[in-house]
Amino acid sequence: MTPILTIESLCVTLGSKRILEDVSLSVSPGEILGLVGASGSGKSMTALAVMRLLPPGAGITGAVRLGERLLTGMNEAELRQVRGRDIGMVFQEPMTALNPLMPIGEQVAETARLHVPMSARQAAEAAREALDRAGLSGADGAPDRYPHELSGGQRQRVAIAMATVLWPSLLIADEPTTALDAGAQAQILRLLEEFAHSRGQAVILVSHDLAVISQVTDRIAVMQDGRIIEQLATLDLTRQAHQPYTEALLAAARLEPKRVSTGDADSAPVLEVRDVVREYPVRRRSWRRRMPPFRAVDGVSLTVHAGETVGLVGESGSGKSSLLRTILALDRPQSGEIRVHGERFPMAAAGSLRRLRRSIQVVLQDPYGSFDPLWPVERLIAEPYHLLEAPPGAAERRANVAAVLEQVGLSPGDARRYPHEFSGGQRQRIAIARALILKPAVIAFDEAVSALDVLVRAQILDLLQDLAQRWRLAYLFVSHDLNVVQCIADRVYVMQRGRIVEEGRVASVFGSPQHAYTRELLSATPRMRAPS
Amino acid sequence: MSRSRDRGRGIAFTAGAVITGVFVAMALLATVWTPCDPTAISIIDKLQPPGRHHWFGTDQLGRDTLSLIMAGARNTVGVAFVSVLIGLGAGVPLGLIAAARGGVTDEIVMRGNDVIFAFPSLLLAILITAVLGPGAVNAIIAIGVFNIPVFARVVRAAALTLWTRDYTLAARVAGKSRGRISMEHILPNLAGPLAIQASIQFSLGVIAEAGLSYVGLGAQPPTPSWGRMLNEAQSLTALDPLLALFPGFAVVLLVLGLNLVGDGLRRREGADR
Repeated sequence: MTPILTIESLCVTLGSKRILEDVSLSVSPGEILGLVGASGSGKSMTALAVMRLLPPGAGITGAVRLGERLLTGMNEAELRQVRGRDIGMVFQEPMTALNPLMPIGEQVAETARLHVPMSARQAAEAAREALDRAGLSGADGAPDRYPHELSGGQRQRVAIAMATVLWPSLLIADEPTTALDAGAQAQILRLLEEFAHSRGQAVILVSHDLAVISQVTDRIAVMQDGRIIEQLATLDLTRQAHQPYTEALLAAARLEPKRVSTGDADSAPVLEVRDVVREYPVRRRSWRRRMPPFRAVDGVSLTVHAGETVGLVGESGSGKSSLLRTILALDRPQSGEIRVHGERFPMAAAGSLRRLRRSIQVVLQDPYGSFDPLWPVERLIAEPYHLLEAPPGAAERRANVAAVLEQVGLSPGDARRYPHEFSGGQRQRIAIARALILKPAVIAFDEAVSALDVLVRAQILDLLQDLAQRWRLAYLFVSHDLNVVQCIADRVYVMQRGRIVEEGRVASVFGSPQHAYTRELLSATPRMRAPS
Repeated sequence: MSRSRDRGRGIAFTAGAVITGVFVAMALLATVWTPCDPTAISIIDKLQPPGRHHWFGTDQLGRDTLSLIMAGARNTVGVAFVSVLIGLGAGVPLGLIAAARGGVTDEIVMRGNDVIFAFPSLLLAILITAVLGPGAVNAIIAIGVFNIPVFARVVRAAALTLWTRDYTLAARVAGKSRGRISMEHILPNLAGPLAIQASIQFSLGVIAEAGLSYVGLGAQPPTPSWGRMLNEAQSLTALDPLLALFPGFAVVLLVLGLNLVGDGLRRREGADR
């Protein structure tokens, strides 16, 4: 069978830097090829090089063929015809890929009309079909809806409809599910599978996570430092030994629980949440009718003991973040109470509030937004010192920041640098250092490893376990990723629509889930099979 | 292609900075020295063409046009600058408070802004100077009042985006008050948008000052001002068109320079994001 796409010794340079080195690949009809590697390994660059969407100034050598046609020999006008018609592309962030001011049906139809002469009615019909195929039918997929009315998963479906409206022979999906929770991720992957198998199209799925890639692909190409170091059939992935780098990716995707619990369920809890209700006012539709408030957190209770790691899981919109904000005393609950070391927390007087805040610190999701870009690392890490009555002087502060930087695996010299000089994983280490500086009893993590690639994620999880054992820290780990929670937590709470639907030890909840919602979450979570 | 366009933008910004710099330097120089006394009347020398003694010639009263332009720059640049300071001084805190507190405070501040915005700016400036009486100080007040809501809006909008960043959340977990976070984290990150807006308001201030003194509500005689020079030259355009050309050019050139600076700053700001 002639391959749909052939790449022969593709090299890309940017300035004096070699970004891709001798990349050769091919994809056959009906095949899904996985392209896997850590961030910076060149997998996205390969995808962009196929479309010839490289940054200005990039040099390209080698050959890229789509069927018989040589893409590397085409000029810009010819390439524009290929993009969108013969090759469709889906990106990580569905919101930025869509025009917020245009109804979704029109956006899909526009893509069609750009390439093939057809009437507005024909285009609308094609758009309708494409949205249907992408699983957006009925009221959800009404073509007159706008991107902001849709969920992340639905927006990604629109992006897929746009990319596939003209039945391109090749679809490239670059981390299409990384920004989505497990349920939406499973649906999108199924959609890619259907597309590849329906009419003999080919799909390239780019991701850092082998657990995701291995769900749907037939073959996997592993990239490191701009080279393809290994190509293998997905079935062989867990059967035989591979390159060390592939093994590392595999281990990181597998996330084996290796935690030695330091928790003591009999000790007094460090954090107690009892019957907390958090409501948000809903905007009135008319001045006469008052809308009932939206109950984001509906009577939640949970406890965290010293040295224990507690997971809080649920899909986006389940109320996890609202609960966390209430626990951190950023929002006031409508009712219920939160106790830290047995003392009532958010409603406490300002003085004791400051004292109690010292016991609970936070690490947030976005390694890029968590730091004021104008502050050096030392000042950022020392910010929680504001909670002390007598903050340490400059010399002591510097020594403490240096010590905590070493604990999180950075060097003391990093204190003088600025956040933009660090990678995503390093920034999360800085965020952990900021949370550690006051030696709190509890650290809350809000999707703290979701934005990291698997190798970095594994390192951060190791670090957290070390720190927990060394300082007997308790963690409250909020995440939509069940694999991560299973890896790190002792106990877990499952949250759905503002309520805790199931709780218990990780092994029992994930081993024999009682609630239907927990089972649903578990089945949607991509798993790496253990080696047989 | 894009690189040469980038270079073109760089040149535009530099040109704008140079033009603005020359006018500011001229205004500063005029506080201590001008070629001739700009208020000295000498009927014998009236309406002379540009020459060795009077580079830009003289007006109908024999005053040296170059000295008048320089002294006028002092007046115009001074008025526009101080009115930008008024706008910054009142508008920035208002915008920060509105963004930090939200709710009713936000409503009050922003609706107050709307009230000022609802008036055509030059008309209200004329009204203010008409009530308070003409003069440079009242022109500053009139123009400055209009700058307040402009800066308040820019600051509020930009601050609201910054408040959604996680670092403000981290600062709150560190026990900092919203006021303190506004000063430590929000305000320093607003330097870019504020510089852009300041250059735009500066150029609008130049136009407004020229307009006010043109209708006789700005600096009063004998203080030289570009607007009044234009007014006086109006009846003499047939006789000596150069008289109107010099102050007109001065206004256009300074406004152009300031706008080029504003554009350049905006591009640089955009490139950072």
